[in-house]
Amino acid sequence: MDFLKKFFGGGKETSGQVAKDRLRIVLIHDRTDISPQLLDSLRDEIVEVLTKYMDIDTNKIEIDLDRDEKAVALVANIPVLRIKRGSIEMQ
Amino acid sequence: MAARVIVTTSGKGGVGKTTSTANIAAALAKFGKKVVAVDADVGLRNLDVIMGLENRVVYNFIDVIEKTCKMSAALVKDKRVPGLYLLPAAQTRTKDAVNPEQMIALCEELKPDFDFVLLDCPAGIEGGFKNAAAGADEALVVTTPEIPAVRDADRIIGMLESMGKSPIRLIINRLRPNMVQDGDMLAKDDILDVLSIDLIGVVPEDESVIRSTNNGEPMTMTLDSPAAHAYLNIAERLLGHDVPLMDLESYATRGIVSRIKKFFSGKKKR
Repeated sequence: MDFLKKFFGGGKETSGQVAKDRLRIVLIHDRTDISPQLLDSLRDEIVEVLTKYMDIDTNKIEIDLDRDEKAVALVANIPVLRIKRGSIEMQ
Repeated sequence: MAARVIVTTSGKGGVGKTTSTANIAAALAKFGKKVVAVDADVGLRNLDVIMGLENRVVYNFIDVIEKTCKMSAALVKDKRVPGLYLLPAAQTRTKDAVNPEQMIALCEELKPDFDFVLLDCPAGIEGGFKNAAAGADEALVVTTPEIPAVRDADRIIGMLESMGKSPIRLIINRLRPNMVQDGDMLAKDDILDVLSIDLIGVVPEDESVIRSTNNGEPMTMTLDSPAAHAYLNIAERLLGHDVPLMDLESYATRGIVSRIKKFFSGKKKR
């Protein structure tokens, strides 16, 4: 029976299933494909908000989209120099 | 009358925008509506040929915009179906010959005289698409069950949404039910899952589409093929009628070899 299954292509992923999976991944990437200008303005606004609460090293900020096979994450590495005193008292 | 203005678009070329526009227009006219199909593909016009009206084109909508002629002179009346008209595109001009504001004005001029204005959009996401989409309230997005077409449809849907078009509904064209059954083609639900928009119809792959293009006679005029029925159903749904989706599986012709294959491979039927 097993050799018959193998002979007729049993157990193998169908090309329709392959297409479905590839399509899903392509769309995940397409939908999060943002222009450098958009990333720049996102960065500027994040910096603007953060600087209300803390001093950050604006020269060393890294913001980018991290994509793997299944998901996309916005990854930011923002060095903090110090928390502003006023923002602690606000708590 | 105040026409509903609907753009037929896809992003990718060759998926059946023009065929869809022609057949839906003819079907709506058969339902007694007054319909104008506008070829918005300036420079690469084809709707006239698909509708079989190429010999009767005198003026085009660029002439109307530039006031070379009146609207009534540019409209080509289809003598086979009462209430069906074509507004041709210019063949010797480019997409830059018109801007979105002019397209909006053109549609406004057509609205009072028709029930439906169907805009056949060029492929692509540039000026030609933006012009055609500008004049429309609603959109039909045509795709085929293939990754490139669905991907482009996704992009176009995003653009149509940001332009505020509503409703935006999907036509899945050239589906092969027996390939779907064998798991070798994206199924209707696979496509709907990723695009998450409303479906207005599924058109099966059908040789009569080629014959109808050869003859210059939209299929919905004669109604003798699965694709013709699918387009007629789409027209009915546009009119707000609740028409069930066609049972495409019954069109899937199955041979003994594929049945044996299926038995052994244990593929699930969808």
